[in-house]
Amino acid sequence: MIAVWCPDWPVTAASLDAGLDPGASVAVLTANRVVACSQAAREAGVQRGLRRREAQSRCPDLTVLPRAEAAEARLFEPVIAALESLAPGVEITRPGLAAIATRGPTRYFGGETGVLLALSRAVAAAALPGRAGASSASSSSQPVLGGADVVIGVADGAFAAEQAARRGVVVDPGESAEFLARLPIDTLDPSGTGPLVDLLQRLGIRTLGQFAALPPRDVLARFGPNGAWAHRQAGGRDDRPVAGRRPPVEFTTTLDLEPPVDRVDTVAFSARGIAEQFVLDLAGHGLACTCLELQAFSENGEETVRRWRHRGVLSTSDVLDRIRWQLEGWLSGARRPTGGVARVRIVPIEVVPIGAHQQALWGGSGEQDERAARALARVQTLLGHGSVLTAVPAGGRDPGQRTELVPWGDEPVPTRSPQQPWPGRLPAPAPSVLLDPPQPARVLDAAGHSVVVTERGSVPHPPVRFALAGEAPVAVTSWAGPWPVDERWWRPDTARHAVRCQLVDVRGRAFLVSCTLPEGSWQVEAVYD
Amino acid sequence: MLDVAIRKADGSTAVDLGRRAAGTTPPLPVAEALRPVLPDGLRRGSTVTVAGSVSLLLAVLGAASADGAWAALVGFPRISAEAAGEYGIRLDRLALVPAPGPGWTTAVGALLDAVDLVAARIPRGRDITPGDIRRLAARARTRGAILIPYRVGAGTAESWPGADVRLVAELGPWSGIGVGTGRLRARAVTVSASGRGASARPRSVQLWLPATGGGVDLAPAEHDLAPVLDDERPARFATDRLAPVIDLAG
Repeated sequence: MIAVWCPDWPVTAASLDAGLDPGASVAVLTANRVVACSQAAREAGVQRGLRRREAQSRCPDLTVLPRAEAAEARLFEPVIAALESLAPGVEITRPGLAAIATRGPTRYFGGETGVLLALSRAVAAAALPGRAGASSASSSSQPVLGGADVVIGVADGAFAAEQAARRGVVVDPGESAEFLARLPIDTLDPSGTGPLVDLLQRLGIRTLGQFAALPPRDVLARFGPNGAWAHRQAGGRDDRPVAGRRPPVEFTTTLDLEPPVDRVDTVAFSARGIAEQFVLDLAGHGLACTCLELQAFSENGEETVRRWRHRGVLSTSDVLDRIRWQLEGWLSGARRPTGGVARVRIVPIEVVPIGAHQQALWGGSGEQDERAARALARVQTLLGHGSVLTAVPAGGRDPGQRTELVPWGDEPVPTRSPQQPWPGRLPAPAPSVLLDPPQPARVLDAAGHSVVVTERGSVPHPPVRFALAGEAPVAVTSWAGPWPVDERWWRPDTARHAVRCQLVDVRGRAFLVSCTLPEGSWQVEAVYD
Repeated sequence: MLDVAIRKADGSTAVDLGRRAAGTTPPLPVAEALRPVLPDGLRRGSTVTVAGSVSLLLAVLGAASADGAWAALVGFPRISAEAAGEYGIRLDRLALVPAPGPGWTTAVGALLDAVDLVAARIPRGRDITPGDIRRLAARARTRGAILIPYRVGAGTAESWPGADVRLVAELGPWSGIGVGTGRLRARAVTVSASGRGASARPRSVQLWLPATGGGVDLAPAEHDLAPVLDDERPARFATDRLAPVIDLAG
């Protein structure tokens, strides 16, 4: 395995992004601590983990930059492209560190030396935007990438290759364990955030070799799966397969309709082929789609674009259902196109490995869930999309706002978070039936007039009788409130000023009523049925 | 599921795969407070009618849903997710079909195929034929699902013949609310059960529905509603005596 490491990549990326000279003293900080610094700064005594003040006192001409993770990823892209041009399946550990498997390229280039030469050339040729001139000025023996050093290490496992790259050495095949054995134990976790390294040091284990010599079963029993994985790494046995960032394959499928079609079932019939093709293409790469984007274009250039997320994996019929639903809504809705549908395109947005969606081993809840999901999909096909809903708790002060109904199969994400405090909401118990929209009602005082709410939110004449629309008034036995609600007063279009009351009428029915101010109209918002 | 039965020459049934699922699978649990009216929980394949209170319906679904059963509500336009959560219903396993329209029977039948608990509000103004009722009950029985027809107010018992258990809620007074003071905290409800077979003996229980803080709870035995009845105002109503019944959900 070949690891390609760009030392101090956060510094390189941040200073390139800020347009600084690569030789300057630069430190990159996160949360007031140095996470990376340039060679010049390191020579002046700046270290990882220092506070900003300490670092500046050690190196007065230090330039302090915030961490630019987006720039790190963006600037690393040419390096990945160069690696991909040599070998498929590049594994990126993080921006600044990538690995490729040696086996294929070694055979192609005729030995590891050939691979390393080709790699150096490819990486050196990948110029960074705006900094292409700096590479020739550098006198470093290592390949230089727009002012950034690139170090290559070769070893058996990924962890060993990373350590080899950090030291710029090539470890011979089969000697990775020996190479690792001499390294200190904190190599496992250089940031020191996990408890494992600290614990091992207190147990008297100072080097990776000592750790690797422990029996694997005892390590698993004492330190759990993470400890066992670290143990494998320390012994150079982390032969994990390269996950592979493969060059993206075009999975988008397009259906052109000639002549254009204005009937949903005709489009759905014609789309059967591309839906099957779409699912099969993904399955051929060991993938299944969980979220897709459907684009439909009319002959006159109108278009509809909608993203469909599914709880499970989208099958051919699921894709077809979604085509049908979306076109149904488009062709019969208010913004219907002026011409027939000329093109349908399916774009995968999220894919998962097929193995991730397996049924439970003993056919327990997994099977039951699958059956229920199928039955609900069937009802949805019978009655149309949007006929089967799921309730999602949402945030808000009114009981009506605290429940959102989302079509079944769509992502159940509320528009307002229910975790926020929402001061002024009603305490439990919640009313069981919500009225949407609120129904008008009459709340009358002893004289038979509508109950007036003053500007200060008080009720001078308490409610005595209550009537739903189209019903004779009945006596109110008890009531509570009024509780003022003054929402979003800073935005006139969505502002809401009202008072809420709870009423129990003589029949024992309890209601949540509200009075909109300043009009003074009463309505029933919810029923405690 | 297989609808296969092997009958002996004398007519007795030797093997009945279609029925076995309903007979041998354990019943779904109900909340502790509902044990007096549903002592065996919700038997799979049975029909349980609920009348008088949406809260009672949610309370019946709550414990089973919390235990991992799927539930569907057909014909209820807007149920509060908050209230459902207070009764223990898991919202990720709850499907709502608010407006099944003319396809009511089809939708309920399709849901009975795979969803454990199907609560369906009987549509008003349109009669469900006795044939539909028999077919839906038979499908619930073969699939091991539980059908819960719900009707606001009176008449559930008559409109759904052949139900195994009938639960009727008589709404009592609210506590915690005064005249211009306090707030709604809990409601005393008497739930009575009747039915056939094992449930033939009428039972009833006094509950807090909703209880303080939401959910359902047993009302203490000493809590007697008689003083309220002695009062001039009729604070306690049997649902079938309510006139007119207002179907706010419709």
